[in-house]
Amino acid sequence: MVTLSPTGTLQDLKTGLGGGSTRPPAPGGGDGGRGDGNGNGPDYSGRLRRTRLGLVVGLSSVTMIFVALTSALVVRRGLPTFDERTGTYVRDWLTMSLPVGMLLVNTLLLLVSSVSVELARRQIARRTLLAQVESIPGVTLGPERPIPWLGITVILGLGFLVGQWLAWQELAARGFYLATSPSSSFFYLLTATHAVHLTGGLLVMLYAVAISLMRKPLPVQRIVIDITAWYWHFMALLWIYIFALLWFMR
Amino acid sequence: MGLVLLVVIWLITLVSTYFFIAKTWWLPHGVSAATGWIDGQFALTYIVMGIIFVAAQLALGYLVWKYRDTPSSEPVRYSHGNTTLEVVWTTLTAILFIGLNLMGSHVWASERFAPAQAGAVPVEVTGMQFAWYFRYPGADGKFGATSAKLMDPSAGNESAIGLDTTDPASKDDVVTGTMYLPVGREVDLRERAVDVIHSFFVPQMRFKQDAVPGLEIHMHFTPTEIGEYEIACAELCGLGHYKMHGMLHVVSQEDFDKWLAAREAEKQ
Amino acid sequence: MAGGAGGGETIMVAQDPHGHGAHAAPTGFIRKYVFSLDHKVIGLQYYFLALTAVFVGMFLSLLMRIHMIWPTAVLPLVGEIKPETYLQILTMHGTIMVFFVLTTAPQGGFGNYFLPIQIGAPDMAFPVLNMLSFWTTFVAFVVLVAAFFVTGGAPLHGWTGYAPLSALQSAGPGEQLGADLWITSIALFCVASLMGALNFITTTLDLRAKGMTLMRMPLTVWAWLITAILGLLAFGVLLSAGILLLLDRNLGTSFYVPLVVVNGQVMGHKGGSPLLWQHLFWFFGHPEVYIAILPGMGVASQLLSTFARKPIFGYRAMVYAIMGIGILGFMVWGHHMFMSGMSPYSAFAFSVMTMAIGVPSAIKTFNWLGTLLHARIRFQTPMLFAIGFVSLFVSGGLSGPFLAQPVLDIPLHDTAFVVAHFHLIMGVAAIFGIFGATYYWFPKMFGRMMNEGWGRIHFFFTLIGTYCVFMPMHYLGMAGQPRRYSQFTELNYLHPLIPLNTFITYAAFVTITAQFIFLFNLFWSMFKGEKASDNPWQATTLEWTTATPPPHDNFGGQTPVVYHGPYEYSVPGAPKDYVMQTDPAGVTAH
Repeated sequence: MVTLSPTGTLQDLKTGLGGGSTRPPAPGGGDGGRGDGNGNGPDYSGRLRRTRLGLVVGLSSVTMIFVALTSALVVRRGLPTFDERTGTYVRDWLTMSLPVGMLLVNTLLLLVSSVSVELARRQIARRTLLAQVESIPGVTLGPERPIPWLGITVILGLGFLVGQWLAWQELAARGFYLATSPSSSFFYLLTATHAVHLTGGLLVMLYAVAISLMRKPLPVQRIVIDITAWYWHFMALLWIYIFALLWFMR
Repeated sequence: MGLVLLVVIWLITLVSTYFFIAKTWWLPHGVSAATGWIDGQFALTYIVMGIIFVAAQLALGYLVWKYRDTPSSEPVRYSHGNTTLEVVWTTLTAILFIGLNLMGSHVWASERFAPAQAGAVPVEVTGMQFAWYFRYPGADGKFGATSAKLMDPSAGNESAIGLDTTDPASKDDVVTGTMYLPVGREVDLRERAVDVIHSFFVPQMRFKQDAVPGLEIHMHFTPTEIGEYEIACAELCGLGHYKMHGMLHVVSQEDFDKWLAAREAEKQ
Repeated sequence: MAGGAGGGETIMVAQDPHGHGAHAAPTGFIRKYVFSLDHKVIGLQYYFLALTAVFVGMFLSLLMRIHMIWPTAVLPLVGEIKPETYLQILTMHGTIMVFFVLTTAPQGGFGNYFLPIQIGAPDMAFPVLNMLSFWTTFVAFVVLVAAFFVTGGAPLHGWTGYAPLSALQSAGPGEQLGADLWITSIALFCVASLMGALNFITTTLDLRAKGMTLMRMPLTVWAWLITAILGLLAFGVLLSAGILLLLDRNLGTSFYVPLVVVNGQVMGHKGGSPLLWQHLFWFFGHPEVYIAILPGMGVASQLLSTFARKPIFGYRAMVYAIMGIGILGFMVWGHHMFMSGMSPYSAFAFSVMTMAIGVPSAIKTFNWLGTLLHARIRFQTPMLFAIGFVSLFVSGGLSGPFLAQPVLDIPLHDTAFVVAHFHLIMGVAAIFGIFGATYYWFPKMFGRMMNEGWGRIHFFFTLIGTYCVFMPMHYLGMAGQPRRYSQFTELNYLHPLIPLNTFITYAAFVTITAQFIFLFNLFWSMFKGEKASDNPWQATTLEWTTATPPPHDNFGGQTPVVYHGPYEYSVPGAPKDYVMQTDPAGVTAH
């Protein structure tokens, strides 16, 4: 229904409010990305933007989990407990001997996987763009041999997880179990929490592989791989932070 | 309906206020040195909040009656607000609230920032499920060591707190289930807890402090009147929380010394 | 001169040139009602979960009140209530009410249903995530209630779960499997809430219709947005705290537990800090109580403006106040810990911040009163609850400045005074927000009106009843009655307080009974209520432009365009006493 009503009937529409302090999103953004009725198909760029925004929002809550664990570590490390035998306060934080070698190897694996996932992200972005060009009659692209960057990332990610498991084994061999000392408790806790989140990212990555095999539309694949890649970078940065924290606070 | 709302809101306000003013149920008679300050700050807060309470509720009741929609009502006065008014009442509220807080802060400082004075009576309070134990250090003025491994409530007071009798300082320690204090002298309280968090609460002393496992918390207060005062536990500690209570006897210095001597004698 | 007759009116929604392509609505019972992706269905699912939870929670509170007065009574079905049973009931009452009622109904229920519509969107940004959030919440509720039925029963450590009591399996009945289930339920709830918060924030930031600037959003939307941000930042901390607690309880770590002796047995922990739990818990717990109340404040603003036929006084100040409450809400957690053994210097800092947070709350109250000034107030049931909200918020809020001062917290901490304070705000005012929202939005959700007469009876019984229940608790607290006592027989100074406690119990009977009027009204009206027009309250916000109930994509194929702020009532010169947000007439600079 179209209405074009005269604007002169209302006078003195005193509002007292300032004008739009934040412009709303571009028209067509309000349709859930499902289509704009003009035969233009789903609004993938809107969906990509929205999904990235969702990821940023979601990652702030993941950040808060690690902020909480960090502050718990700092507090627990610093707070003394009353020792009734001596009548004084003592600290029970046992210095850990970290399996640094293993951890450095794992870090390398993760950083390399970050590179590979970024290449995957750019690859799919390029393919999505080019797919539109390909539909123009008379245009052909050279034969492309896509390197399976996503698959490589999955393997590297799995390698990281296996490496973390081995690091745990080494720590246990040195006599540091979960409840041995608060320092070891935090080691296992922080690495496990990170690994759980990383595994979540891996599962989404496997989903991305699955939908590419199922030949879902490229823009859909692109969105999944895009946020997986950003998530993965966050996981890598998070790991570096955790490693540094565990090292300096050991 | 506007009138009904006015009547209901005003009645609720006035009845509640009546009981606050009549002090039908009130803070118990305070018997510590801090009472004057604490009760004074309490009174100030309650007068200020009371005025705001009455004013706001009466205003609400009045407004909903006065501005009810009737055929003969005045037209609505269209307005999105008044920025000046907003700034004014925000500033005033901030000054009032924060000012009130700062006024009470010197009381808090004197209660908590400084330790007990020299010459205060040292007493250790230990809370456990579901009883309070009190320990006096005896002539040497030192509390002997305790050990968790030695704790056995069924074997008497000393065992309940795990007193380590091999420590020479423990020899003259007196452990009781009742608390005695001399009137007019500050007590240097050490609070400990054996299992879970408890809270040592003596309403008439205007005193409360959580007893936390793993911590030894020093607090002080000064009883000013002779009498018997109930001690309640004020932190949920398990199924016996409601019956974890003790008794504080405030007596003259003479009677206190006699009592302590009697307890020492019993140990032989 | 503004007019204002009842009944329907023409809805004007200008066609946006980038119109809207439909996608097929789901068919089949399972896709439509069970695993629906439609935010409206999900909203109703949350609402009915909360409705179930609140009646369970109320029943538990009734058992508590009965036991406090008649500790040796043997009740039908329940049997004898032992002191530990009382505490188990108390713990579950608090947990169910705070999480599954106050964090579920206003945000998950009404927020889910109406946020997209009020901003002109066809759904939430991530419908699948939305569906997952609901079902995770549902599973969390089942896990929680299961605690009652396992060996040992539900935990008895209070909704605040202080360690070491909550960390030691031998510290009390219910502290074994029951406590593990409690923690698991809360962890699931955290995950569900985080997913929900993500959805709310992304939707509000990205899916607003054309013309719906941030400063034209209804205050309900602002409240839901800030509440979601609070949840986003707070629930992760609770999740972490809970994981640490599970580890201490089951795997021998010592995050929270120092060397302790329980029932003569030395436990294997050492060095842990009970205060660490309190810091983590309250860092979450304080924002949580603002999560419980902010949507109610948004609803109060919405209702007061609509039924006073006047714009909300100081819209911009209201927005800043909501933001202020949100930000300051993260800086005051230590005021729950003044007596805990925390540094008294920290206590001082927290207390200043706590007094500061009273300021935006006061601003909101002044603005609500200002909205009523020179208005023409209509007293339909939603408005009654909004007015009640203001009164209760004032009452509950003003006991805050007592507790905010550490030196006054000395006599008042862990007494009935605190119970009075948080019940008046969370247990009554926030509930009034939910009631008001129900009566207000019921016509839009179900196409029928709730019965006005019964609504009034419900309102008056509940307002007077809850005041009778909770106002006296202030007096009891000042007199020194501690919290969480299952009975008052053991301490002499508590005996004179029993008559007042008895009065409260009787008042509770009456008040709880009155809620059945609401329940009956709710369900009866769904089928037999008077049919509602699309905009029975003559309100201005976007949900009143849609059909009743709204179609699957909310706006029937059209994307709304917004021209005005949300509270344009009694605009001088307008043909009616309200101008809908989508009405293109009189487009001005705001």
